[in-house]
Amino acid sequence: MREATIGDSRHRLAVALVGAGVVLVALLPWLADNYAVRIATMICLFVTMALSWNFIGGYAGYPSFATAAFFGFGAYAGAILQAKGVPMLAAWLAATALTAVFSALLGVAILRLRGHYFAVGSFAVLELVKLAASSWAGLTGGGSGLNIPILAGGPDFASRVFLYAMLALAIVTFAVALLVDRSRLGFGLRCIRQNENAANMLGVDVDRLKIAAFVLSATFVGTSGAIYASWVSYIDPTDMFSILMTIKVPVMVLLGGAGTLLGPIVGVVAFQLLEEKIWSSFLEIHSGVLGLVIVLLVFALPGGLLGLPARLGWGRAAQARP
Amino acid sequence: MIDTQVLLNGIVLGALYACIAVGFSLVWGVLNVINLLHGSLIVLGAYLAHLAFTHLGVHPFLSLLPVAVVMFAFGYLLQRLMLNRVIAEPVLVTLVLTFGLDLLLYNVMVLSFTATPRRILLDLGRIEIGDVVLPVDRLAATALAILLTGLLYVLLRGSRLGRAIVAVRMDRDAAMLMGIRVPVVYAITFGIGALMAGAAGCLVAVVFPFSPGLAETFLGKAFVVCVLGGLGTVPGALAGGVALGMIESAFGVWLGPQNATIIAFAALLVVLLVRPTGLVGRAGYE
Repeated sequence: MREATIGDSRHRLAVALVGAGVVLVALLPWLADNYAVRIATMICLFVTMALSWNFIGGYAGYPSFATAAFFGFGAYAGAILQAKGVPMLAAWLAATALTAVFSALLGVAILRLRGHYFAVGSFAVLELVKLAASSWAGLTGGGSGLNIPILAGGPDFASRVFLYAMLALAIVTFAVALLVDRSRLGFGLRCIRQNENAANMLGVDVDRLKIAAFVLSATFVGTSGAIYASWVSYIDPTDMFSILMTIKVPVMVLLGGAGTLLGPIVGVVAFQLLEEKIWSSFLEIHSGVLGLVIVLLVFALPGGLLGLPARLGWGRAAQARP
Repeated sequence: MIDTQVLLNGIVLGALYACIAVGFSLVWGVLNVINLLHGSLIVLGAYLAHLAFTHLGVHPFLSLLPVAVVMFAFGYLLQRLMLNRVIAEPVLVTLVLTFGLDLLLYNVMVLSFTATPRRILLDLGRIEIGDVVLPVDRLAATALAILLTGLLYVLLRGSRLGRAIVAVRMDRDAAMLMGIRVPVVYAITFGIGALMAGAAGCLVAVVFPFSPGLAETFLGKAFVVCVLGGLGTVPGALAGGVALGMIESAFGVWLGPQNATIIAFAALLVVLLVRPTGLVGRAGYE
């Protein structure tokens, strides 16, 4: 029971902070220009991805690199449906469902692997889906990409629609993360991370929980891909299935603090703002600076930004359960 | 005979792939680190050979030796100063660290060598036997690749150092109790991985046009070779390399190069699921 009360105060703080962030983002179109709105939309997109990755990579401790595979899958599913005349919202929902089914089937296959082998398996999945998208030209347009009808109503209207869509998706993902964090599922996943064999022997249904975490890690990423496709109105395989994106997400989670509720969000906001700054200040060497930041992060912030207060001795509130 | 040609192409390509992957495989098997830097190290080796060739006129097969020494030192220091500090952390941490280092190295290479593709043209002619045609430079590179891979095998099997590496790979704690200095073995192993990458780069420079962007392709090949053949052993890398070479050569002819890559990755997934120890790997040997 003690666990539950600590959890509750932690959750209340997280919900309050996230609520304040949501209000800020929702008011942004009246407070700032379209550039800021664009950054906020990207932040919401990556919050969804980071919270999703956290289910499998953070809670269950399975280093998945399939994030971009689900992002691209959702983007293509949504784009193909929209190009065939399905209304935008329906296409997003259908893409969500399709990604969930796709990830469940994949999960049954590759979740038998552990550690490095799982990491490589998920890499291979990403590569396979990407190659399939560039080869299957009849359906996906192949290497020349796919155009999606542009949303009518002008750029200001469109930028708001996609900001709110991404924000809503991020809120839904956060709510699910909140539920999982306090549920038996979240507890079971933490057990798997600590010792899968022991968890299995003590009666945790390891296979089902892992597949549940994998599907959770994919579903909303699929939706975000579909929304992104409608937003940018042009997609191609290299952009949608990017290795850089698939590695950026875990880096963000590590930056914030893995396996915690707020960690992914803190990490995303810090990383996106930092990257934006690096992009604009060091165009020629931005990937080098990014690399340097990552290297420093690994050595200087092993527990992520959320682990910082505890390291400085500011009490245990933000310290994640190890 | 088109089939003999396909077969020979597969072997030639396979030997090169084995050489590309064997260092990656060794580091993964012994250190339990997926070295995302490996592709960039190969490209770096290729650029060093190219520099020596264009500025000093040194033949790439000769500059291979100094390049290998420089790369070994680079790898040794990298492991000693950085990776050894986080070697006990979960998989994700070392992965993210090598990814960050890779971004850095990539950026440095683009700035120093630009993104223009380069190639060392030796133009040694070709051998024709019946319908089978083989360029001599490619053949020589293959022979050297086999030689280098063979030398590594002899080193691992025959020397005290090699036996120490194999011992650490089998059981780190037991090796430590036997008086093997594990951090040093780690650093040497990573150095050998970088050395093999640099040497493979010198060979690659003769066979393919290269640019910093090719690092990702080499890394992908190394992944497939490792998993197909089995981790951390030289025979595994050879088997995986030849398997990948054959797949690319055969399916490249039948279905086109793009689809050959799909088949290669599909084969990787199937082998992962059915026989995670690889084609020639032994169960429990990891």
